[in-house]
Amino acid sequence: MYATTYHKASSLDDAVAKLGGAEDGKFLSGGQTLLATMKQRLAAPTDLVDLTKIPELKGITLDGDTVTVGAASTHYEVHSSDAVKSAIPALAALAGLIGDPAVRNMGTMGGSVANNDPAADYPAALVGLNATVHTNKRALSADDFFTGMFETALEEDEVIVKISFPAPEKAGYEKFRNPASRYAMCGVMAVKLKDGSVRVAVTGAGSDGVFRVPEMEQALAANWSPDAVASITVSPDDMIGDLHGSPEYRAHLVTVMAKRAVAAAG
Amino acid sequence: MTKVSMTVNGRAVSGDVEDRTLLVSFLRETLGLTGTHVGCDTTQCGACVVHMDGKPVKACTVLTGQAEGAEITTIEGLAKGDELHPMQAAFREHHGLQCGFCTPGMIMMGVDIVRRHGASLDEKTIRHELEGNICRCTGYHNIVKAIQAVAEGSEVAEAAE
Ligand SMILES: Cc1cc2nc3c(=O)[nH]c(=O)nc-3n(C[C@H](O)[C@H](O)[C@H](O)COP(=O)(O)OP(=O)(O)OC[C@H]3O[C@@H](n4cnc5c(N)ncnc54)[C@H](O)[C@@H]3O)c2cc1C
Ligand code: FES
Ligand code: FES
Repeated sequence: MYATTYHKASSLDDAVAKLGGAEDGKFLSGGQTLLATMKQRLAAPTDLVDLTKIPELKGITLDGDTVTVGAASTHYEVHSSDAVKSAIPALAALAGLIGDPAVRNMGTMGGSVANNDPAADYPAALVGLNATVHTNKRALSADDFFTGMFETALEEDEVIVKISFPAPEKAGYEKFRNPASRYAMCGVMAVKLKDGSVRVAVTGAGSDGVFRVPEMEQALAANWSPDAVASITVSPDDMIGDLHGSPEYRAHLVTVMAKRAVAAAG
Repeated sequence: MTKVSMTVNGRAVSGDVEDRTLLVSFLRETLGLTGTHVGCDTTQCGACVVHMDGKPVKACTVLTGQAEGAEITTIEGLAKGDELHPMQAAFREHHGLQCGFCTPGMIMMGVDIVRRHGASLDEKTIRHELEGNICRCTGYHNIVKAIQAVAEGSEVAEAAE
């Protein structure tokens, strides 16, 4: 790792000021992606501004039908939160499938969402559950937030403060894990919201990152059952192909995982 | 250089380190606690697992600054004098190690797995929870047995209370 200067931000304003004062600074949350990248010298920020001590980024609450997760909440905190477990059990289960226990104690929802790795789990949860990303500047729907592989609508000095999720009527997440990296080869979040709308979000497979499958959403709105999606396929043209699996293989997984996710949602 | 302070194995420690210093380097090189190993340096193998404020973390992927003020426990902090921690004793009893390189991380993770699951711990859960700890020697079987034995022992201990 190249030399860097580490700062702890005490407030949102302090974080923005410290980043502004740096030559080429980056926000740091759990570090489970950024530090790894820095060790490989694929990133070399002059300054790191640690966000995890900012009070607004902490805590998970359930208010009526809305679960709000502070961006610095660790995957373990999301997985073991009573609020999440009672209102959105599929989200608690998803958090428990990220990496391994030690990674889950450091890695955070805000860091994962900001990074938008095409194989990360939370992007499917946010898009599937129609979550809202609250930053220090604005509120964005998940559909507008994720803009492509490793790309989001975030500006350089924009901090994710929290993410709010409507409690769904039912939701299921099924992930086909790469056995070595534990990232998703394909993960599908199938959701029926309380207003009756249906959302199906896929991670791990698409070459532009997380995406929705409108044909599946329509079929499930008419008939919520695994059979409804069994014959709906996505085009391999839009899928990732790498040493772990071909585009055709991933396209096939999307249908299989979608069926399982609907079954898991009940 | 920045001065960092934390508690390691119950002892207040501090040191002047470069900001890029990883917690595992601080433990091994500044404090001389070489029980915590570096296997991969890429967050994969778990040889570097220590407890930070009671939770296992991969010390090769934590900056020393992130651990400022924290309570750290390393493998050196588990035994009480000459008396091994039950997890250490179980690894010896069940032959849960061969070369021993992965063992400090396995034991630190094992302690946490038992703490979170208690007596209800089953083999499948242990194997799932060891996903971030790699062993090149044992084939895991005896590691799993050792952890399970401690979990079952905790049941005996609870029943005796
Ligand atoms: C062995 C291993 C296995 C893993 N397996 C999985 C897996 O199965 N599924 C999965 O989804 N992920 C996986 N991950 C990634 C893990 O979930 C990371 O924790 C996560 O991607 C990044 O979160 P972080 O808090 O560590 O962020 P950091 O590494 O600290 O930051 C990541 C990026 O986000 C930016 N950032 C962080 N917080 C904010 C914020 N609040 N506002 C704006 N920008 C911010 C940073 O500047 C940086 O660019 C794995 C990681 C490892 C090491
Ligand atoms: S050395 Fe830290 S995980 Fe391998
Ligand atoms: S005992 Fe040799 S790596 Fe596990």
